[in-house]
Amino acid sequence: MNRLSMLTTSLTTIGAKIIFIVQELGRLGIFFFRGILHIFSFPIQISKFLDQLYFIGMKSVLVICLTGAFTGMVLGFQGYYTLVKFGSEGILGTMVALTLIRELGPVLTAIMITGRAGSAMAAEIGIMRISEQIDALETMGINPIRFLYSPRLAAALVCFPLLTAIFDAVGIFGGYLTGSLLLGISPGIYFYRVEYSVQMVDINGGFIKAVVFGAVVITICCFQGYYTHTRKEGFGAKGVGFATTSAVVISSVLILATDYVLTSFLM
Amino acid sequence: MVQPLIQLQDVYKAFGDNVVLNGVSLSIFKGEITSIIGKSGEGKSVLLKHIIGLIEQDRGTILYEGRSISRMKKGERNALKKKFSYMFQATALFDSMTVFENIALPLREKTRMPKKEIRDRVRNKMHQLDLDDIDRNYPSQLSGGMKKRVALARALVTDPEIILFDEPTTGLDPIRKNAVHSMISDYQHRFGFTGVIVSHEIPDIFYVSQRIAMLDEGRIIFEGSLEEMQVSDNPLIQQFIQGQESRRDGLTGLPPQPQGERRYQEEMARMRNDNTTFTIVILTIDNLDMVKKMGGYEAQQTTFKQFANRVQQSLRITDICSRLGMNKILLILPRTRKEEAEELCRRMAEKFKSEGHMEIQTYPGFCFSVSAGMAEAEMDKPIAKLIAVAESAKNIFYEFKVC
Repeated sequence: MNRLSMLTTSLTTIGAKIIFIVQELGRLGIFFFRGILHIFSFPIQISKFLDQLYFIGMKSVLVICLTGAFTGMVLGFQGYYTLVKFGSEGILGTMVALTLIRELGPVLTAIMITGRAGSAMAAEIGIMRISEQIDALETMGINPIRFLYSPRLAAALVCFPLLTAIFDAVGIFGGYLTGSLLLGISPGIYFYRVEYSVQMVDINGGFIKAVVFGAVVITICCFQGYYTHTRKEGFGAKGVGFATTSAVVISSVLILATDYVLTSFLM
Repeated sequence: MVQPLIQLQDVYKAFGDNVVLNGVSLSIFKGEITSIIGKSGEGKSVLLKHIIGLIEQDRGTILYEGRSISRMKKGERNALKKKFSYMFQATALFDSMTVFENIALPLREKTRMPKKEIRDRVRNKMHQLDLDDIDRNYPSQLSGGMKKRVALARALVTDPEIILFDEPTTGLDPIRKNAVHSMISDYQHRFGFTGVIVSHEIPDIFYVSQRIAMLDEGRIIFEGSLEEMQVSDNPLIQQFIQGQESRRDGLTGLPPQPQGERRYQEEMARMRNDNTTFTIVILTIDNLDMVKKMGGYEAQQTTFKQFANRVQQSLRITDICSRLGMNKILLILPRTRKEEAEELCRRMAEKFKSEGHMEIQTYPGFCFSVSAGMAEAEMDKPIAKLIAVAESAKNIFYEFKVC
């Protein structure tokens, strides 16, 4: 009997958790679709879109350039010392360019923007929630999802691919710095290999990833902030702290998971 | 019977096991200010949030002009929302926007008004609420009273038909508190909106509201006018009123109106038994509005406070003084005939004049104009009637100026 009741208790707990997860996913789905829909609802919120474009895009350029440069430089080093063992250091350009364009560009860009802009969004929207500012929007008849989430989503869908492109270009140049200037591969060969091996399909794949990551990161970050008040583990300022942490952690994990799924489809 | 503008019928709401509203029924009439009073944590704010749709009830209906809001189509609901405004307890100002942007937001987002018109309207509202020159400040740079006023400006800027105030004055000192009340009352007189105020500020809130509803243990146990409240035989309400009588008016330190009325009844009983008489005097500052125009709402309230203090100081020990309204004080003078009361007022006026100007300086040459109406008590005449007699033109005995 005792064993039976223990079993029911644990089943109830598991069931409750599953129901919670399904509900949460449903809520996330509705949140996302309403966000997409309101990007196109009239009147288009041009000025808010531009503000976010500046915040997510323009303000991330420096950080993306730095990460891109160092990633490319490291790839140049590592690639050279691996390839030189096989006597094929000439294809360093291929290696650096494809690694960046297909994988590291979109993934690292997304992770960097999560840290820089996503966390800020989760905190900002979370504070608006706990200080009743979102309720205030509702009482004015302003749709908070349209007002807060849609412009950010639209801006992210534009910014992520562009920032990824910058990351890729700077990274390839970084590979040139270490590979050619430092380790002596002929620049001609390096750039010839880059040009020769990169196909349009690689670039498209990278961009598709960037767009998907953009949607994932911004949706998760805004969602976490927007529903701060429903968190059970902490209220108020603590709740916002948790929301920000979850936003960054969930976004980062999801970036890598989605990357795997997308790669297996795109390959 | 007049149809209520908003009607709550048997509204029930629980959060988990905690039942907050347990069958609330309440009517709100057009063009009136209804105050919802009750103990803290009774769910007054929750009730207010139901009216605007921030919280959905578990059971029961909320009707707008006789039609259920929850059964309205989305478009209709949105249109209805435009008629409402809500002032939050913690102001809920957008802290990353400037004061100007905060007030302009509802206009920018929900109307197609040209920029210039929005700017004019916002500036105008800011001016009316003594908020000039802070349009570029952020809410965190403002004092509590100013934030409340910005929130009030934001609620008023769309010229809504219905405004819901959730404790608009909590945390303010008596003068600022009454200044906010006075602003609400002023706007209501001018634009005739329908207001619902959740408040703890008793008795101050009574002076601005036409109807009072009392929430207790999840139900409305009373709704009606202040006069009806005083004659209610519900023991809970009686207990509440008696509790309030010992309180003093937050602004003037005078006993509130209900106490004045109880003392009136006592004097009436004395008149019946001992055959003595008494006289009531209504002192009104006629040009208190001028003070507001020249010096703002806070100056107006400070003036009234000082005036009330002076009146109190010049009374005899047996005289009873209580606040009657926004700019009125009721005096009950026991064992006094009307002629004696006139003499008393004359002395008071002379004293005021000789002491000169009150501390507030509006502008040179400005005089406060005070009128004193008086009436001698008649057997078993209700206080409201006697007040009307005292205020009728032929009994306004004395008008004096303090410069």
